[in-house]
Amino acid sequence: MNEKQSLWKKPGARTVQASVISILIGMLAGGVIVLLAGVFSPELGMKSVWEGIRLVVAGLFSTGRSASGALSFGFNGTNMGNMLFRATPLIMTGLSVAFAYKTGLFNIGAPGQYLAGTVATLYIALGLPTDVVPLWLIWVLAFLGGAVAGMIWGAIPGVLKSLLNINEVLACIMTNWIMANLTTWAFESSNLRNMVENTKSGYIYKTAFLLEDRLVDGVVKTFGAGAAEGTLVHTRGGIATLKMGLDKLFPGSQANGGILIAALIAVLVYILMNKTTFGFQLRACGANRFAARYAGIKDKRNIVLTMAIAGALSGMGAALYYLSGNPELYWSTYQSLPGVGFNGIPVALLASCNPIGVIFTGMFMSMLNINGLQLTNLTAYNEYITDVIISVIVYLSAFSLVIKMWLNRSKAKKAAEKEGK
Amino acid sequence: MDFLIRSTLIYAVPLMIVALAGVFSERSGIINLALEGIMIFGAFVGVLFVRLVQQWGWFDAAKAAGNFWSLQGFAFLGMLISAMLGSLFSLLLAFAAINLRADQTIGGTALNLMAPALVLFLVQLITNQSTMNMYTGDAAGWFMLKKSMLGYPSGPKAKSVPTPFVVSAFLDKVYLATYLCIVIFVVMSIILYKTRFGLRLRSCGENPQAADSLGINVYRMRYAGVLISGTLAGLGGFVYALTTVNCSANGDVAGFGFLALAVMIFGNWKPLNIAGAALLFGLFKCVAASYASLDINGDGICLLKEIGVSTNFYRLLPYMVTLVVLAFTSKSSRAPKAEGITYDKGQR
Repeated sequence: MNEKQSLWKKPGARTVQASVISILIGMLAGGVIVLLAGVFSPELGMKSVWEGIRLVVAGLFSTGRSASGALSFGFNGTNMGNMLFRATPLIMTGLSVAFAYKTGLFNIGAPGQYLAGTVATLYIALGLPTDVVPLWLIWVLAFLGGAVAGMIWGAIPGVLKSLLNINEVLACIMTNWIMANLTTWAFESSNLRNMVENTKSGYIYKTAFLLEDRLVDGVVKTFGAGAAEGTLVHTRGGIATLKMGLDKLFPGSQANGGILIAALIAVLVYILMNKTTFGFQLRACGANRFAARYAGIKDKRNIVLTMAIAGALSGMGAALYYLSGNPELYWSTYQSLPGVGFNGIPVALLASCNPIGVIFTGMFMSMLNINGLQLTNLTAYNEYITDVIISVIVYLSAFSLVIKMWLNRSKAKKAAEKEGK
Repeated sequence: MDFLIRSTLIYAVPLMIVALAGVFSERSGIINLALEGIMIFGAFVGVLFVRLVQQWGWFDAAKAAGNFWSLQGFAFLGMLISAMLGSLFSLLLAFAAINLRADQTIGGTALNLMAPALVLFLVQLITNQSTMNMYTGDAAGWFMLKKSMLGYPSGPKAKSVPTPFVVSAFLDKVYLATYLCIVIFVVMSIILYKTRFGLRLRSCGENPQAADSLGINVYRMRYAGVLISGTLAGLGGFVYALTTVNCSANGDVAGFGFLALAVMIFGNWKPLNIAGAALLFGLFKCVAASYASLDINGDGICLLKEIGVSTNFYRLLPYMVTLVVLAFTSKSSRAPKAEGITYDKGQR
């Protein structure tokens, strides 16, 4: 009995409790909004409110509607696999935010770093000729390119913070928007824009797309595979992450090996943070920068390194997402930043910045996404309700530390009173 | 030239007012990263109001009666409502940051995530598409001031009566809301600097302990700061939607809230500097939006297009400039000393 209680009171358990409470309140808020919308909208009605709430909670297991029109639930391989697929970049940006947070830095620059990774990855994956360089090498180069681009973009706020003492949040916000513009600039006049499928000129080719550079009248032009004009100069594209059997496990989904790589990286980050001297130094800087400096830790260098690594993690997230073969980038990004980057913040906070926890909270977030898509497909509601839930969770996590403190303090007070008696 | 002045003002004014919103919050000691979110929310509420009034047929009635001022009145009511709901929304930040001593950065980020999500959810439900436009017509048709209203002919007869520069630059194809915002900006700046309330508010952002010892209620002052901030940001959001995107809401204000944050830093948390910075950034925005057809001195040559600098360059310039300014001024930056630090009465 006693032992059980102490396990319940352990700091780790408290953290999980706080996260679960956040999730439940978030879900509740989502349910309330669905209910309110249903009550106030004449078209929706109470039946769809109940359907909506069920889908918000368990859309992952939805299998559509039965013949009688009622919602049916069960194992849905496509949803499951797509959840894993969508979790991949979320886990990576979550790791990015978590890693920086452990060092006392709030990395709100994940969207920019993610975009930097996107640009580098797509340029390498679609730019290198596949008739010269083997496919696997292009994949590796594109992945590393994404990581390096993210690293450089992450290091900039780090340098500004450590050398000039500029608040990293402000620097990150500025670099985010600079990158959003640079991305548009980078693709605006590139030959990576999809000119072959004529409805998709706003998008970049997916990396699995097969391209051919052909010499027509002395000018090299880009065509889709199987064009008849001119002479072939190079073939490009056709890059996709190995499925590693996940497509068999989850038929009809986009699941691929990326999720395994992300999980592996999470474990590596965990080891780096908790089992190495370097990780200890970083955490010491996060706990108290000045004490760490007094102990002989190079805090300035560590800030730059932390932001660089955090940036690299975000960049890898973009690389894993786009190298999966199917996603297409809408390249005119200058007015909006990728949500995946911002959603790294709730993923990290919900996991209390524990790299292993990030794997699960990343999957939880992508599960919410899938639930939202089911909601759009099956009811008159739409997927944005999941973003509302996520934002409520972030809001709660802003003071979850305080709540935990209160919990512990009230317990300690009671214990002190007992002893006094 | 008149075009340049006009559209610079249109871009600069929302920036100015939202940057001042940031000042009110930060001067009271609370970092308000949620400016973007509050703008998005304010824009949505205002556009929804205009849409509803249009649905009731009041706009058509006013137009039929030739009543220009009641149309402007609707715009003014929209501003009022978006300001009120903006401050209601910012209450979330105030409560978390002041009562619950939450991390202000994360709290602001949460609001930034919440606003577009909520707005898109509702817009989709209301209109079945991702953008909510006006019910009928466009913003220019309903609300815009035109020189013909002042008796100057337009169209083919424009040459017969020359239009004075003042009229063509400041009174033609502009919105009354723009000037109303400038007035509000001036009034609020005076309140911040020349009243007892303003002084007390600022003291809470510099040294809350000292302020408290002099009998100022720091919590109440910080609430006031954040709520005024929400009011101005909500208002700015609707004015942005009204004047630059044809009175539509789509859960997005193109990063104007963050740009306003940049303006605030660039202006060193001071209203006059902020007005200047907002004009500069507004000029960048205007150039980026229309540089290909921008004819500065009226000789028919689009100078900026001839130079051949990409429009993307002008778009990212404000953010770049802000970073550079931060880099040069960080050593002597005059940010409010206590901003971002939760005030705890028990702490020394």
